[in-house]
Amino acid sequence: MIELYDYELSSDAYKARLLLALLGVAWTQRYVEYYPRRQHRAPEFLALSPRGELPVIVDDGTIVDDAQNVLVHLASRHDPTGRWYPQNDAGLTSQVSTWLAFAAALTPTASAARLHDGLLYHHIDVDEARRGAHEQLAVLDEHLWFNEDAGWSWLCTVDQPTIADIACFPDVILAEEGGIELRTYPAIRRWTDRVKAIPGFIAMPGIFPA
Amino acid sequence: MEAPIPEAILWDDWHAVAELETVRQWDQITTTLFGRDLTVTDAAPGVRIAYADGSKTLPASIKYGLVWTCLGTPQRDVIDFPESAEPDRYVISTGSFGIRVSGLRLVENFLDIAHFPYVHTGYLGVESSPQVLPYTVRVTDEDEILVTDCRFLQPQSSPVSTGSLDVGYLFHVLRPYTVLLKKTNAVEPDRSDTIVLFVQPVDEERCVGHTLVMSLHAGDPDEACRWFQRLIIGQDRRILENQRPRRLPLDLKSELPVRADLASITYRRWLLDHGVRYGAIAP
Repeated sequence: MIELYDYELSSDAYKARLLLALLGVAWTQRYVEYYPRRQHRAPEFLALSPRGELPVIVDDGTIVDDAQNVLVHLASRHDPTGRWYPQNDAGLTSQVSTWLAFAAALTPTASAARLHDGLLYHHIDVDEARRGAHEQLAVLDEHLWFNEDAGWSWLCTVDQPTIADIACFPDVILAEEGGIELRTYPAIRRWTDRVKAIPGFIAMPGIFPA
Repeated sequence: MEAPIPEAILWDDWHAVAELETVRQWDQITTTLFGRDLTVTDAAPGVRIAYADGSKTLPASIKYGLVWTCLGTPQRDVIDFPESAEPDRYVISTGSFGIRVSGLRLVENFLDIAHFPYVHTGYLGVESSPQVLPYTVRVTDEDEILVTDCRFLQPQSSPVSTGSLDVGYLFHVLRPYTVLLKKTNAVEPDRSDTIVLFVQPVDEERCVGHTLVMSLHAGDPDEACRWFQRLIIGQDRRILENQRPRRLPLDLKSELPVRADLASITYRRWLLDHGVRYGAIAP
């Protein structure tokens, strides 16, 4: 059984919960109180993952940390169809990698602004975080627009969603909780609606199901 | 430009501005009250609160795991709840959350049962059972708002409930930014749990909600209580932040009320009667 070190308001932990739900894989929760207790920086958690970030999974003895890496692991090991993380087409695999890196880069911007506004992380420079998020969202919106124009519904040029979409979706859709309005990004809004319509989709607080 | 000074009923009252545990963790935090930036500094066993520009030290108090201050001249003490002294109750601060809406709207949302089946589906209500039965609202001799005789079917009314419960509710607005509810305890149905919301007005269109649970010893550890309150507020946030205008309209004709909105209407009228205009839109 997969153990997921989880916190319900963590956008990164939600990436893992979402993919697990879409894959239909059973898991058990190991609850880590991120706020206010900061248990992700407690010695017991650091012994498991010295980076001190959620989520972490323990899968049959293998410890995997980093939200994007968790997605790679889950899709590689638990998706017999291979569609969530396509690895037999180098061009496609490379596209997925690009968007996994993009998702990680949302942590100090969109995600940080949300922590500042919602969980009162007073030490974050929220103006700088929002400015960075808008730069990234503009890039994402344009990319999605051109993809749509070419007939593709997802981040990668393939006719089904991949872990790239799962990695980018949470911090994008939750950006408004950090004061980052999405209404000027129409292609992003259409894409988030499509993600919500994936069979087996689950929401989290702050995200309305379709 | 100097932020406006609100009405005395707000300015001369105590307001929760931080969780004590957070201040202890970080040594110093910054926060905002009525548009004024403050620093809250750990000075165990107490705390020190001052304007962030260092111009003035402010009164500081610690109660219920929260840090309190007053920018004006306090006319009364930090509110006291008799049940907080009951030996078999947990009294725990269950988290502070920033929300981009007037603090008055956050209080009004707390009073609104009608949204339970839609926003808190599976926890505080079910969509198949959305009707709000008639309830009673009155302004007491102490000039507080009391909402009684509310009943509601809830699938998971608290972190310890194990099934659907016909939950009895009582709501009590004690001060403009302080509201509590008492609801049937899921384990001991003849007693109730108290949940308090203290609203910190950051400015007229932003607030922080500080939640306090005074719950019976019924096996729910602090962590589960915090988890449940966080979940509920996390669900409310998106709705609240999409309300327009962000300030609370006090003109009773500006929105269309129904019978289920009686508590909210009474709150708006009560604010109007007390001259509260900060974070509101006057008629």
